[in-house]
Amino acid sequence: MLEVIVFSTLNGLLYGLLLFMLSSGLTLIFSMMGVLNFAHASFYMLGAYFAYALGLHIGFWPALFLAPLLVAVLGAVVERFGLRRVHENGHVAELLFTFGLAYVIDETVHLLWGSIPVSYSAPEALRAPLFSLFGTDYSIYRGVTMMIAILMFVALWFLLKKTRVGLMIRAALTHGAMVGHLGHNVPRLFMGVFAFGCGLAALAGVIGGPLLSTEPGMAQSLGPVVFVVVVVGGMGSLLGAFYASLLIGLVQTFFVALDVSIGDLLNGLGFAVDPYGEVTGITLASIAPMTPFILLVLILIFRPRGLMGELEP
Amino acid sequence: MNESLSWWRPVAPWAISALVLVTLPLVVAGNGTFSIINVVAINIVFALSYNMLLGQGGMLSFGHAVFFGLGAYGAIHAMNLIGEAGYDGHGFWAFFPVYLLPLVGFACGALAALVVGWPFCRRAGTAFAMITLGLGELVAAGSQMFPTVFGGEAGVFSNRMVGPVWFGLELAQPADVYWFMAFWTLVAVFAMWAFTRTPLGRMSNAVRDNADRLQFIGYPPRNLRFLVFIAAGGFAGLGGGMAAVNYEIVTPESLGLLTSGLALLMAAVGGLAVFYGPMVGAILVTVMNSLLSDYTDASILYVGLVFLAVVMFAPGGLGGGIEQVRLAWRRGDLGAHLPGWLGGALAVLLIALGLVSTIELVYQISHGRDKLARLLGLEPDPASPLVWLGIITLFAAGYGVARVSGRYREARA
Repeated sequence: MLEVIVFSTLNGLLYGLLLFMLSSGLTLIFSMMGVLNFAHASFYMLGAYFAYALGLHIGFWPALFLAPLLVAVLGAVVERFGLRRVHENGHVAELLFTFGLAYVIDETVHLLWGSIPVSYSAPEALRAPLFSLFGTDYSIYRGVTMMIAILMFVALWFLLKKTRVGLMIRAALTHGAMVGHLGHNVPRLFMGVFAFGCGLAALAGVIGGPLLSTEPGMAQSLGPVVFVVVVVGGMGSLLGAFYASLLIGLVQTFFVALDVSIGDLLNGLGFAVDPYGEVTGITLASIAPMTPFILLVLILIFRPRGLMGELEP
Repeated sequence: MNESLSWWRPVAPWAISALVLVTLPLVVAGNGTFSIINVVAINIVFALSYNMLLGQGGMLSFGHAVFFGLGAYGAIHAMNLIGEAGYDGHGFWAFFPVYLLPLVGFACGALAALVVGWPFCRRAGTAFAMITLGLGELVAAGSQMFPTVFGGEAGVFSNRMVGPVWFGLELAQPADVYWFMAFWTLVAVFAMWAFTRTPLGRMSNAVRDNADRLQFIGYPPRNLRFLVFIAAGGFAGLGGGMAAVNYEIVTPESLGLLTSGLALLMAAVGGLAVFYGPMVGAILVTVMNSLLSDYTDASILYVGLVFLAVVMFAPGGLGGGIEQVRLAWRRGDLGAHLPGWLGGALAVLLIALGLVSTIELVYQISHGRDKLARLLGLEPDPASPLVWLGIITLFAAGYGVARVSGRYREARA
């Protein structure tokens, strides 16, 4: 039991931190531009694939830095020549644009790399065990991933709270027009934030690709969960996104790890039900993929501004 | 227009549609063609029901497939009940013809919307989009847990050749199903058009345009959204009922985000602001999907690119374009506008050709075969610089034509 708890906590934290890396960029983009970028998870996928393709030629470590940069440049191009163009047609048009973009990116990945997973894996040295607990190894790579995610959180926090650019971004979140009147180039700031957010998503893809699998469905499987994180955490709240990611990561991992059905739970609470019935026989593991969306619907009904947000979406 | 002919104007589109539907079987032949037409009919109803939300009510939904899928499930279970009741010959379902199953779908879709809709309709915009996305994912994931209702991965299947047959209308071949589709499409399209003429339909436009003002006047926007949501859910369910009869199988995929996305795609490509826009979009997207997938594996990419192009360059969609031409024709200044528009169309065509060649060539490089190019009688060699030069020329020519015709249009505006 203790083994399950320790490893589920570690894996849940890891998954949550990956989710946070993905959603931190989206939170910034969402709260600044009001656009829920449907293609965000596609940029994450592009990060993994770029790192795989580059890694074949230049090795893992250079690709770790180069792939997010490339995706960030791509994000800037998308913002400058696509999103800015549809901006004048309102938020719905922007959402539709990113929705179509996600389609196109996903299909392009299909086209270029095929529909089966590619063999993108961490370098040999990092696959060695960091430590062993209860006879199970925990690889160095997982530890490195956690470290990168936490470093990123600290760096992002520092950037937003302590630098001049962060000040401008935070001001533009709530008073975009005013920042523009003061002589700052708000559209360029938007482009920068969009590119930066895409780069962060790509970074999550680069380090998450070897852990989860690098396949064309990876954007579609994680995309909706990232929205959940952003909405549940609250608009523009980095800390909210952080808590929401960890919450979802831990809940999902624990639900999968616990071999318990609804009937078992009810019986444990003193009800006498058949543990193999149609409803009561459902295991928590099969509910796990639904938990983020249950959370999303409940939050939007009962607390529309999210855990830490100040504005309703 | 002659005054004595004015009664004809509102009737004309319906008379012409009915005429087209009746004469279509005389023109086309083959079960393959009828299968495509039947899918087009389903998608027309689905896309129009989606536009009741987005185009007319201003609610961007990513979970519309839930109602489509639940309608389909309701209809297919009813079909199984009809089949079982056929053995002993009594009970309600023994006298229920398969022809009326879309009504069951309508009831299921509307009921589902009635049950879940109220908390969703508090806000439009991003909050509504997100909560419907959540609903869609929730129902799609949840359907895997109840195999007796949703049939697990494989879905629920049935047989449409059961129950009483009215007026000799059998449902054996796709060509027989065609009449079923034609009837229900006409009924559903007319009902949805009539809905836009009711006070509720008009109020839904008002909610889209200015919800605050409506609140001040004394119409709670939430109630109006809720009513529209139920109606849209019902018509989506009706489309689902048609799909159940057509395919004789319903899988959990029909509840998921991909199906919801298809509705959005069709409606937006066709144009949200015009009533018949989603119909145009449904026809185009369905035909593209089913024809292109025979020739190229990149068919979804092409549909996605068309969608992206429409969102970026023609926010009114295809229907908006048709409407523009129609209005100009009515005003009598079509001649002045036409060269500019044709120039724009030419530019689109050139750039599209360039894009298609690029994609197919890339595909040929990465997969080593290319059916579409061979279909066009081309055997391009991706290693030859001449081919790429040709593509660059296409792009450049397209860009040039776009600039020139754009300037022409500005000068005339």
